[in-house]
Amino acid sequence: MTEKLVIVGNGMAPGRMLEHLFECAPGRFDVTIFNAEPRVNYDRILLSPVLSGEKSFEEIVIHGDGWYIDNGITLYKGHKIVGIDRAAKTVRSEHGEVAPYDKLVIATGSVPFIIPVPGHTLPGVLTYRDLDDVQAMMLAAKSRGRAVVIGGGLLGLEAAAGLQAQGMEVTVIHLMPTLMERQLDPAAGYLLQKELESRGIEVLTKASTRAIHGEGRVQSVELEDGTVIPADLVVMAVGIRPNAFLGKEAGLEVNRGIVVDARMQTSDPDILALGECAEVGGLTYGLVAPLYQMANVAARHLAGEIGPVFSDQAMATRLKVTGVDLYSAGDFAEGDDREEIVLRDASAGVYKRLVLKDDRIIGAVLYGEAADGPWFFDQIRNRTDISAMRETLIFGQAYQGGAPLDPMAAVAALPDEAEICGCNGVCKGKIVGAIKDKGLTSLDDVRAHTKASASCGTCSGLVEQLMALTLGDAFNPQAVKPMCGCTDLGHGDVRRLIRAKTLKSIPAVMQELEWKTSHGCAKCRPALNYYLVCDWPQDYADDYQSRFINERVHANIQKDGTYSVVPRMWGGVTSAKELRAIADVVEKFDIPTVKVTGGQRIDMLGVKKEDLPAVWADLGKAGFVSGHAYAKGLRTVKTCVGSEWCRFGTQDSTGLGIRLEKFMWGSWTPAKVKLAVSGCPRNCAEATCKDVGVICVDSGFEIHFAGAAGLDIKGTEVLGLVKTEDEALEHIVALVQMYREQGHYLERIYKWAKRVGIEEIREQILNDADRRRDYFDRFVHSQKFAQVDPWSERVSGKDKHEFKPMATLTMEAAE
Amino acid sequence: MNMAVQTWIEIGQLADIPPLGARCVKTPHGRVAVFRAADDRVFAIEDRCPHRGGPLSQGIVHGNAVTCPLHNFVISLETGEAQGADEGSVATFAVRVEDGRLFLHADALRRLVA
Repeated sequence: MTEKLVIVGNGMAPGRMLEHLFECAPGRFDVTIFNAEPRVNYDRILLSPVLSGEKSFEEIVIHGDGWYIDNGITLYKGHKIVGIDRAAKTVRSEHGEVAPYDKLVIATGSVPFIIPVPGHTLPGVLTYRDLDDVQAMMLAAKSRGRAVVIGGGLLGLEAAAGLQAQGMEVTVIHLMPTLMERQLDPAAGYLLQKELESRGIEVLTKASTRAIHGEGRVQSVELEDGTVIPADLVVMAVGIRPNAFLGKEAGLEVNRGIVVDARMQTSDPDILALGECAEVGGLTYGLVAPLYQMANVAARHLAGEIGPVFSDQAMATRLKVTGVDLYSAGDFAEGDDREEIVLRDASAGVYKRLVLKDDRIIGAVLYGEAADGPWFFDQIRNRTDISAMRETLIFGQAYQGGAPLDPMAAVAALPDEAEICGCNGVCKGKIVGAIKDKGLTSLDDVRAHTKASASCGTCSGLVEQLMALTLGDAFNPQAVKPMCGCTDLGHGDVRRLIRAKTLKSIPAVMQELEWKTSHGCAKCRPALNYYLVCDWPQDYADDYQSRFINERVHANIQKDGTYSVVPRMWGGVTSAKELRAIADVVEKFDIPTVKVTGGQRIDMLGVKKEDLPAVWADLGKAGFVSGHAYAKGLRTVKTCVGSEWCRFGTQDSTGLGIRLEKFMWGSWTPAKVKLAVSGCPRNCAEATCKDVGVICVDSGFEIHFAGAAGLDIKGTEVLGLVKTEDEALEHIVALVQMYREQGHYLERIYKWAKRVGIEEIREQILNDADRRRDYFDRFVHSQKFAQVDPWSERVSGKDKHEFKPMATLTMEAAE
Repeated sequence: MNMAVQTWIEIGQLADIPPLGARCVKTPHGRVAVFRAADDRVFAIEDRCPHRGGPLSQGIVHGNAVTCPLHNFVISLETGEAQGADEGSVATFAVRVEDGRLFLHADALRRLVA
């Protein structure tokens, strides 16, 4: 019989525990997780790259929704557990959900420490703990204002660097004389401070916060010495404490954290605790390696194995700030029984220090050049006697045993059991084995199969060197990512070759570019079809079998196989006649849901496929055409009411929006394109997060582009200011055409712009009138073939086969 | 004694299905998707992705496989098995072409019930 396993908390430790558990005791437990955060399990270590904009949330998800479904886990998102009834063996969430358990795992993590100075509850004072904090910081950073980070430890400095990357002016306040004093000695702390200051981050050490001031929201921070620092945002990153509240409430033995034995068991035999909330051997932990060790121990325990026990081990730290190379491991306090070896190279900004005891390394601090960190860490953990290599030890592994100064040679010389990935405890032998046995050729593959470099990612370089060693010339990390498994060419190459070789059909592309499959796949065919539609509007016959179902039947497929229908509503403006027609259609076809979309239109959801042509016929009679709500093409042009009604409106934003939509509808693009026009800088149409936006001002039209408000959130870039509506139209159309010609399939405008450069786009569209005109003309030419309403085509009989079953069989036929 | 009766049901013409396309056949117990590959081979499988029930007949056909329109599971038309790292399978049914006419084996009606 399966036992009920309930887990409170959905962080990295319980996620890893479940991976181990499903491996060693598959099917044994029926798993339910309660997560106070409303989302799946993600890599908390990588929040800093998300804050600095180098990664998206998507990229740091460890287990997507599919993983929970595949493993039969019931995941309650946004459910905080408020009580454990140990007698009844149940837990209760704040929403009243009660779940029984046979085994309970508490993994509630930690809570950030907040200094209770006056003003600490003001809006604008944040901590740095989870994705909500990061999103709040990114939002605050949009103001480009001033941020004060209290705390110069690992998290505080990563927050400071991230906020600065987002455009804020940042001051770090640190109580101690040097930064990161728990991981760095004073010399390295000083070098780090210099580096941050040279980047424009102000660092105040030996500084104590007296109060936070502000009317309604934070405005400044006051220090004990009376200094007042203006601040629009304050981030407190002064440490964490174990979140042991639940354990304490339930009467478990609690000290700093929930007390567990070396097998992660609490004082109740049916309850385990692990992660940052657990206290083992009098210590609590906050770094990922020991937490993953706990996860393994707990999984083996749950599986009923005698299994491993938790042991305290030396830990290594890296600071994840791009461009700062820093590594520290072990114990580097000074002492009478200790010696040290120091190397300084001021011109290169390098500082290395090893702390030795009894001819063994016990601690290492590396600044400016940290590649040897893992090797030193290995020597620490293996308690290697270094007396024979003492003279050259500080120069690192490459100098030992007369090995050449080749980083590859250093990696080659590592023994199989040398640890490459500290976060996940993956050794060299396991990585090389997986590359050989499973034929892995990309870093992503190695991550998927071994977990090496899948957490903080700092060992990616080492893993790539291992791949190079194992695969030889077959490994090329700089290689262009192929479109799909059917070709070695990337999107850019394919687009260039289609034009250079005048390829005008999918079979021609596949033949000439030596496709490896006979008819491509679901990834490359839609891309090729778009490229050909875009490049040869007059000659190319659209291949409907290469289009995704939505673009084939001109409606959006829903999870139950029905479709949704969105008619075009120019600029979001409608009339009694149109609304009446929609109401009639909804009643006639028994359409279950009618919804106003985010793009100012009306969506009819749950339409049966067979009914689509009849629905369109009725809508067509009222003058509606397809809204292309399903297309990689022009979607909506959102508008505000503008000067016609609004007392603040400076131009006719509704009119310009309608004009743009009527000009551009029907065009296919690499990914969807959404526009908006706002009549004044109050921006009611939210134009500054669109693919292309216009902000009307007294002096004309400010054109924006490359915004995003989906998986990524990004404000637009300004293309420039033009004086007339005609000019605005010409610039926008030219910009979209440039994107149509250069974008990779499924690449939104903001990603394309990042790839080709904002300046380049501005140069071609704003400054080069001839070029702009050429783009404009090519768009106009293409529209001659694209502006055909697909709904009316289908009402008149095109692609009839798409909408009807081929046959309907009854049981009698089979008897 | 239970003799298996070989029954074939005519469901339409090969020309009803575009190359690299699909049509579906409605039965009292669910839909059967009928596919036409590039070489005019014809396949019939249950029109229900093993992942989340997506209508496979609406997917993109490539080689002897189809990609589900909901979450991109790739299903082999020959074996009904999910390809790559995904797991799951759908029922497959016999179908044959004679003089451009399509016949589906009556099994399609029975096996969907089971």
